[in-house]
Amino acid sequence: MASRTEAIMARKGEIMKRALGMDYAEFEQSPIAFDYEGMMAAHGYSLEDITRIQRAGGVGDTPLLELRNLTDLVRSYSEPGHGARIFVKDEAANMAGSFKDRRASVSIHVAKEKGYAGVIAATSGNYGAAVSSQAARASLKCIICQEAFDSRHVGQPEIIEKSRICEAFGAEVVQMTVGPELFSHMLELLDATGYFAASLYSSFGVSGIETLGAELVRDMIGQTGKAPDYVIVTHAGGGNTTGTARGVRRAGAADTRIVSASVDLSGLHMASDTDFNRKSFTTGHTGFGVPFATWPDRADVPRNAARSLRYMDRYLTVSQGEVFYVTEAMSKLEGLERGPSGNTAMTAAMSLARDLPRDATIVVQETEYTGAGKHHWAQLNFAREMGVEVLSGDPATSVPGKTIVIPERPEQIRAKDFDMAKMRRSYVRNALAHAGEGYVPTAEDIEFLAADTNSDAAAVEKIIADL
Amino acid sequence: MASADRCGADDWVEVSYTLLEPADRATNLPEETASKPLIAWVKGFALSGAAMGDDLTVRTPTGREVTGVLTDILPGYTHTFGQPPAQLVHIGRDLRERVDAYRKGGE
Repeated sequence: MASRTEAIMARKGEIMKRALGMDYAEFEQSPIAFDYEGMMAAHGYSLEDITRIQRAGGVGDTPLLELRNLTDLVRSYSEPGHGARIFVKDEAANMAGSFKDRRASVSIHVAKEKGYAGVIAATSGNYGAAVSSQAARASLKCIICQEAFDSRHVGQPEIIEKSRICEAFGAEVVQMTVGPELFSHMLELLDATGYFAASLYSSFGVSGIETLGAELVRDMIGQTGKAPDYVIVTHAGGGNTTGTARGVRRAGAADTRIVSASVDLSGLHMASDTDFNRKSFTTGHTGFGVPFATWPDRADVPRNAARSLRYMDRYLTVSQGEVFYVTEAMSKLEGLERGPSGNTAMTAAMSLARDLPRDATIVVQETEYTGAGKHHWAQLNFAREMGVEVLSGDPATSVPGKTIVIPERPEQIRAKDFDMAKMRRSYVRNALAHAGEGYVPTAEDIEFLAADTNSDAAAVEKIIADL
Repeated sequence: MASADRCGADDWVEVSYTLLEPADRATNLPEETASKPLIAWVKGFALSGAAMGDDLTVRTPTGREVTGVLTDILPGYTHTFGQPPAQLVHIGRDLRERVDAYRKGGE
């Protein structure tokens, strides 16, 4: 007999179709290809419509700040003529404290328009606060499923703070122990309540981030006279990279390079009860960043709107200790006390700025709120309690889950390039595996895979030939 | 009325319940996860009085009735900032000095 988990997962398609109010089948073209742009446009909202929805919800129009002190710090140890100007989009200024408000606002608007009584999301991140806050404003009921504790009922202060803020906004929070069955329980709750699925990965959510990309281009043209040379995005499930890049392009900035950045958590298992509390970042890390980039359709929707390989020019990784260092530096040098996860891209930006000429510009496209629990001090104190050694030294020597090495000098902050060719190969392999054994890709499939990996047909054919 | 170990009807409480026993959990989990039950905690208003550890049904903020074991009465939060980590305390001083020195250096 099928287990309870298998039984509900078998009904995923039917439950999500009702809970999203859209049928993904109409976009399917083959076992590999689907009409991505058709799916993204199906909700019918223009960028202007979304801006209007977000303004009504207290979302968007966040300040773009030039970080002159941080830039001069980088210039103090760069080669002569180097040290790009660093800017940040202060997304912590949104209603519930992060860019996730943009993502939630469109989903909540759609849920309200379509007459759903409530919304449900499975998230241990800032998205829970965003959904809870927007749902409160829309008078919708809200359930947030969170992976919060290990089997001893010990929770990371960062996640516990996120439980608190969801409850502060009146949401019902189901706190759970470690495991991917979080998603099967979310399906059970969607089935039982008839609520809307405020998925992170629907076209509603990802479209909501496009305003961020468009705004930062507009803001940079206003402040510097041109679009930024680089935009750096903290990368986890891929929505932030995808939505921001789409917005940057829609604002006409064709030459702006998109760089994704994650905290390196290699070696830690995301479904492990014992590794769970030995990592100090619950999002923006490689444990989500790599699997979601190389197989986006692992998400809770039939086709993921977040397809980061389409847009990513480079993928940089940084260590936990480097991000904590930069979080403290931002606070002391720029008067910006913000949460560590959102500073992942800032850390990569400091490394990248050093290698670029002084007249180049970099926009770090988010910050997140901070506070008790969700703070770099709290995270480091908790790591130490969990047996992780916190040291000063060369961050390149850190081992995720065992040591966190705080740099002694800013020169030690060096992001590493993740191998993009390897990610593209991995994506194509996954797409073929999911198409079924013996399926032969058509010319249209090759075109789709080329678009989905930001490469060309010849490159995809070579990957397939080499598999 | 609530006391340290007993809640009354309509008190704000937390209950805990088992969602999945180890045998019913997803496949491909690491052993340390697969061997544990999947547990959930939810808060709501008690539908009756109960002692800590008793079975109790609550009405959650969305109006669902959920039954579990009473684990907390007026559940709160105690997460904080804690002491400044020794590895971070010099960063502000050192970096401000470096920026000042760089600017005085004629840039």
